[in-house]
Amino acid sequence: MLVVVNAAGWPDVKQAFFDRDLFQESFPDIARAFLLNVKIFLIAEAVILVFALFIAVLRGLPGPVFFPVRVLATIYADLFRGIPTILVIYILGFGVTALQLPGVPVSELFWGTVALVLVYSAYVSEVYRAGIESVHPSQEAAARSLGLNRFQALRHVIIPQAVRRIVPPLLNDFIGLQKDTALVALLGVVEAFRQSQIDVSATFNYTPYICTAILFVAITVPLARFTDWLVARDRRRQLAGGLR
Amino acid sequence: MSDNGAALVLEDVHKSFAKLQVLSGIDLVLAEHEVVCLIGASGSGKSTLLRCVNLLEPIDSGRIVVHGEDVTAAGVNVNELRRGIGIVFQSFNLFPHMSVLENITLAPRKALGLPKADARARADDLLARFGLADKRDEYPDRLSGGQQQRVAIVRALAMQPGLMLLDEVTSALDPELVAEVLSVIRELAAEGMTMLIATHEMGFARDVANRVCFLDAGVILEEGTPEEIFGAPREPRTQQFLQRIVEAGRL
Repeated sequence: MLVVVNAAGWPDVKQAFFDRDLFQESFPDIARAFLLNVKIFLIAEAVILVFALFIAVLRGLPGPVFFPVRVLATIYADLFRGIPTILVIYILGFGVTALQLPGVPVSELFWGTVALVLVYSAYVSEVYRAGIESVHPSQEAAARSLGLNRFQALRHVIIPQAVRRIVPPLLNDFIGLQKDTALVALLGVVEAFRQSQIDVSATFNYTPYICTAILFVAITVPLARFTDWLVARDRRRQLAGGLR
Repeated sequence: MSDNGAALVLEDVHKSFAKLQVLSGIDLVLAEHEVVCLIGASGSGKSTLLRCVNLLEPIDSGRIVVHGEDVTAAGVNVNELRRGIGIVFQSFNLFPHMSVLENITLAPRKALGLPKADARARADDLLARFGLADKRDEYPDRLSGGQQQRVAIVRALAMQPGLMLLDEVTSALDPELVAEVLSVIRELAAEGMTMLIATHEMGFARDVANRVCFLDAGVILEEGTPEEIFGAPREPRTQQFLQRIVEAGRL
């Protein structure tokens, strides 16, 4: 901190990035645009939670009958983890909309969100899979031995335990997603980052970027603390005191 | 060998894992209300045998008949079959994310389709009977090993099985907790529950079993009443095994 404040260029940087008046001026616009980021990631997260779990379950189906399904699910996960997010956004956002298929939405916002869902579901499905595999096979044996079918055992015994274990890495991916909503700006959608770019080019001052950064952090921190609290509450309920 | 009225019939059951032959021709009949204890060294196939009976492990050849139904035939509904067979594991295998009550009511509700209230009533009855009524809302990790194992037994009983399989249910317990679990099993035996019990507790086997089977190298080498097996074992391998148990102070 001291190093920064005492640096030779600090007065210039201070003026270019931390202009109080400009901050106050651009904040309302950017905050309004940021609501779009919030909307994108809330919708995307809800879809990802379900879709990624579906992919993870498909990859875990046993036996030779489901071999093609496992292969498809694996290809999906490999593909969308392998392609840079920004390319997926371009390809879907510009490519699919340009096809002008009847009945298919042409909104860049829509396809940008779809791209994020596809990319992040690939990551999150791997997190789910790790969680599912971390539940000891004896749990499934116990559930099946009681007469529950495979789906019921997954639904009531395996997945609830898996999800509890993967909450921290899941949050990690969701924070990544929240930040990557800014990439949808590349399709011309005016969300917080795009709005701050507009403000920056109007004033030749970078303060709006700081403003955007603060908004992103402001939403990440409470979410992180909330997850910590969830995990701690769960642990307290299941375990008898003792080790902390 | 007649299956008439038998609770469980095993005929020439073979099972191997990769190249390891675990069961090499098991023949066994349990009459209704009979309690049979399986004894034998670790690795003699006791647990595998139990897991094969409720099809947690598929068998390689042979036949298993439960209450007159050939469960190894093609097209058997394994879920339906398992609802009628309770199994209790050495390591309890309770569901850690569920309370005791939820552990017990899950299968009756989801597998039998019992209404929640009925499943609860059934669970409460059983919990009260086995002195666990005050643990109803606890989570498994907050219970002692003995309590956890009793809950696991109650969980199996809640399905009202016609046959219970107990797999070394006291092996993971501290010695002072063994008694409470064994007394539950004695009570079940007294009520006429048909049970196949794999155990290292020879004193208990002698008390509770109608018949004792000594498993060795994947076959039932010797079987008889507890008096015969523990009093005058015929086979040298049985004698050897029991001698080691006596030396270890376990009989």
